[in-house]
Amino acid sequence: MALGRHTARWASGSALMLLIPCPWCGPRAEIEFRYGGQAGVAYPADPDALDDEAWARYVFFRDNPKGQFAERWVHAAGCRRWFDATRDTVTHEFLEPAGTEEPVP
Amino acid sequence: MPASPSPHLPDHPAHLWRNPDPKPAYDVVIIGGGGHGLATAYYLAKNHGITNVAVLERGWLAGGNMARNTAIIRSNYLWDESAAIYEHSLKLWEKLPDELDYDVLFSQRGVMNLAHSLGDIREGRRRVSANRLNGVDAEWLELDEINRLCPIINLSPESRYPVLGATFQPRGGIAKHDLVAWAYARAADALGVDLIQGCEVIGIDVVDGRATGVRTSRGPIAAGRVGIVAAGHASIVAAMAGVALPLQSHPLQALVTELLEPIHPTVVMSNAVHVYVSQAHKGELVMGAGIDSYNSYAQRGSFHIIEHQLAAALELFPMFARAHVLRTWAGIVDVSPDASPIIGATPVENLFVNCGWGTGGFKATPGSGWVMAATLAAGSLHELARPYAFERFTTGALIDEHGAAAVAH
Ligand SMILES: Cc1cc2nc3c(=O)[nH]c(=O)nc-3n(C[C@H](O)[C@H](O)[C@H](O)COP(=O)(O)OP(=O)(O)OC[C@H]3O[C@@H](n4cnc5c(N)ncnc54)[C@H](O)[C@@H]3O)c2cc1C
Ligand SMILES: [Zn+2]
Repeated sequence: MALGRHTARWASGSALMLLIPCPWCGPRAEIEFRYGGQAGVAYPADPDALDDEAWARYVFFRDNPKGQFAERWVHAAGCRRWFDATRDTVTHEFLEPAGTEEPVP
Repeated sequence: MPASPSPHLPDHPAHLWRNPDPKPAYDVVIIGGGGHGLATAYYLAKNHGITNVAVLERGWLAGGNMARNTAIIRSNYLWDESAAIYEHSLKLWEKLPDELDYDVLFSQRGVMNLAHSLGDIREGRRRVSANRLNGVDAEWLELDEINRLCPIINLSPESRYPVLGATFQPRGGIAKHDLVAWAYARAADALGVDLIQGCEVIGIDVVDGRATGVRTSRGPIAAGRVGIVAAGHASIVAAMAGVALPLQSHPLQALVTELLEPIHPTVVMSNAVHVYVSQAHKGELVMGAGIDSYNSYAQRGSFHIIEHQLAAALELFPMFARAHVLRTWAGIVDVSPDASPIIGATPVENLFVNCGWGTGGFKATPGSGWVMAATLAAGSLHELARPYAFERFTTGALIDEHGAAAVAH
């Protein structure tokens, strides 16, 4: 698909920045976006039940995989919406078209 | 030693270290042969007499961030814990060429941090005071003093973000990173440490909650104690023992121009317009700025980051407009939540980490190696390392250099 072809330009060293698939606007240049880090980190359902250790996990610890990473982006200079995408942290390739359903959280 | 390829060419120079095969077991195994791993090995042997040590490096020695940094050295951090460890490191730098009998081109040409706003001025003056209270040399510079120390900075009030003042640490400066790594490697090797290149750690053996050795691309190696000093890959290696670290790996880029006549006498950093510039001994201008926003292990970043730092550099140094960028590159840096390192024991007995130096660990190479060696030798934290244990994320006792100074190079 088109996405794969665009991101593959990275491998040849000719692409200048990420080409990020906004689910509403299509592939757009990285400078239009802000990064949101790991996707799917939900606010604790029962905050009162958390001890300091659990709060530390929630506040400070995020996955840091070498390979596929589900992450959040906001199309700040475009439609201004948040979405989840899965990207390979070694090849920088976006692996699947992002869904348009509202992500969590 | 290989014979010279032709009678007209000189012989290959003497090798600086042996290239041994791994032994089946060591007292201490250090994972990662960057600057910090090599310094750790050297101080283990030198300060603690522990020489049955291996440094395992998956590529070649110091081919990671140690080969990619912009070599700025300073100790003018805000918080007491930071001043203590970085100043300890700077004092070691001052003796390093003698100690290692190697000229690492350590040059105390001073480091200037520019202020462009009232907020910057307050932060800078506060940091100067805090530094002095901690015995760290620091000065506040007005424009005439900036001009005297570095006449090429654009001090026009007409510029987009006029320079309003600066902090200055005269004892700060730069060194040649490759030479630093080679000097530590040679000295550690001479004391009996095995530096093993092309040896990737692929697993950590944990028996009854205790690390007993590592599995590598060159076979299993037993170890009394294991130290993870793998910078951008710290998360990956620690995960082999089931240990999670609060780190995110990001690209950090830098660039050099072609060689120029000596023109830039000091090191200039600006957090506000976001660039820092020095001139290496050979003559190239060396510049860097901040990380790329996204997580990555690819050792490359996006070009707009380079464009931004060059725009900032031209604002500060209009005369650089005709210099050419020769090369840009990236390393993968291990960024912690408070931009301070994580040094300490892990839930796995005999397994220790030293990571999270992120964008600013080159300056800490001697100090980091010193405290990590002491920690591995004693099995408990060196006093300078104690505040850096990762319990701080639970207690909330962060060492927030991000908040204090924004840029941590
Ligand atoms: C562009 C750039 C500019 C910088 N500028 C500055 C600066 O001006 N001043 C400053 O103080 N700091 C600076 N830094 C930060 C500094 O370079 C790092 O904090 C420091 O080098 C990290 O320690 P190290 O030298 O041990 O890391 P590295 O040299 O990265 O060493 C880690 C080693 O671990 C190895 N490794 C990883 N996984 C494994 C495995 N599974 N098995 C075996 N080996 C493994 C890697 O191959 C690597 O060689 C900069 C960094 C970059 C990228
Ligand atoms: Zn959009």
